[in-house]
Amino acid sequence: MTDRQTIFDTVAAQIEPFNKKGIALTEATSFQSDLEWDSLTVMDFVAAIEDEFDIIITMNMQAEIETVGQLVDAVAKLKDAQ
Amino acid sequence: MTETGLQTETLPLDPAPVAPERDLMSKFDGLIAERRALLDSGVTDPFAIVMEEVRSPTEAVIKGRETILLGTYNYMGMTFDPDVIAAGKQALDRFGSGTNGSRMLNGTFHDHIEVEQALRDFYGMTGAIVFSTGYMANLGIISTLAAKGEYVILDADSHASIYDGCAQGNAEIVRFRHNSVEDLDKRLGRLPKEPGKLVVLEGVYSMLGDIAPLKEMVAVARKHGAMVLVDEAHSMGFFGPNGRGVYEAQGLDVDFVVGTFSKSVGTVGGFVVSNHPKFEAVRLACRPYIFTASLPPSVVATAAASIRKLMTAHDKRESLWRNARALHGGLTEMGFRLGTATCDSAIVAVILDDQVQAVTMWQALLEGGLYVNMARPPATPAGTFLLRCSICAEHTPEQIDRVLAMFRQAGQAVGVIG
Repeated sequence: MTDRQTIFDTVAAQIEPFNKKGIALTEATSFQSDLEWDSLTVMDFVAAIEDEFDIIITMNMQAEIETVGQLVDAVAKLKDAQ
Repeated sequence: MTETGLQTETLPLDPAPVAPERDLMSKFDGLIAERRALLDSGVTDPFAIVMEEVRSPTEAVIKGRETILLGTYNYMGMTFDPDVIAAGKQALDRFGSGTNGSRMLNGTFHDHIEVEQALRDFYGMTGAIVFSTGYMANLGIISTLAAKGEYVILDADSHASIYDGCAQGNAEIVRFRHNSVEDLDKRLGRLPKEPGKLVVLEGVYSMLGDIAPLKEMVAVARKHGAMVLVDEAHSMGFFGPNGRGVYEAQGLDVDFVVGTFSKSVGTVGGFVVSNHPKFEAVRLACRPYIFTASLPPSVVATAAASIRKLMTAHDKRESLWRNARALHGGLTEMGFRLGTATCDSAIVAVILDDQVQAVTMWQALLEGGLYVNMARPPATPAGTFLLRCSICAEHTPEQIDRVLAMFRQAGQAVGVIG
């Protein structure tokens, strides 16, 4: 539980520089429809997350991730696999 | 009633109009509105240019006006070469206008074999496979080489055909930051050791005209046991001692080189060359090679003639680099912001602030008699708006002077430079 919360907090911190509209972040926050990120922003953000957690989120996986909660789950799963 | 042909008439039995949310075309409303707004501002549509006449590799008539071409990728100016044209005419006479079929069935003629031999000779490699376009060469080779469970690692600024090759296949796709050796190294290091990996790079990145640090990148790829494919579409003919591309200029061996006939070669088509002993097997497995018609005989005959001439086109090479340096130096001096600090390739990209500035400047140049490419997101890196110039070996020093004068005038009129 704390692990997941830690990941969420870290992800949230990484979102902040790209959160131009100051959206309050929840598990359900959508990258596309709430944060309104374009593909370039997504690319920069994914690279930042990958470096922060020392993981790879393939483009195949990225296609399945729509919300902050789904990203946190994906990061947790990738960290567990290490 | 006058007869006016087919008319839209509503009959009682017609289905109700499609609700907007069920209309598959509704997704384009944003694009349509953006384009409408641009055209309503009174500018010429940058994506609807018609070449009414083409006089030479560097001159055409657009809207009745004589125009210098500075955005055609006709780097080596081969499109009007007399030997190239003669080869095409002869093939038309001897083999007809088209092949009607796949390379694998009835679509391989004498000149398809000849152009593949010309490529082997040009690159000094044992294998060459020709595709119907450069786009299809990337689509085919990337999707065929990397299978499910394997990895393709690509530069974030890769051409659309590389991205689409990834989407067409079943491999896992990993991106690294543009031209960052460190970022590539880190990402390769995080991947599992066992699966096969293909690192896809480009010699020249066509939006900004910057070149890749291939030497360092290939070393990193080798360290992690990955194979390397380099797309040399924008370097063929004028990089390296034999004009093979940036990889040759940097003294490297790579596993696969992708190229095109539509730029330096001056016709249409794509290819992959390789020294891999099993390379021919690609023909048996590659869907974009098998399930499409082959290039017309005249096209492959012109390509073969052009490639053989490019092997010794030393004067053209020198002229191209001289022109490129003159343009890059002149624009830099005027105060334009360019895609590269030095003249790295035959592409010079002028970076502008926004769409309005880019289109206004583009139109001023066109009306002055100069054609350049306008490029906008998402094709461009980091959301930039660009006016891209691609230089030709056949541009004369006088044309380059006129080009610079037109840039100065348009740049001052639009307020891009002082």
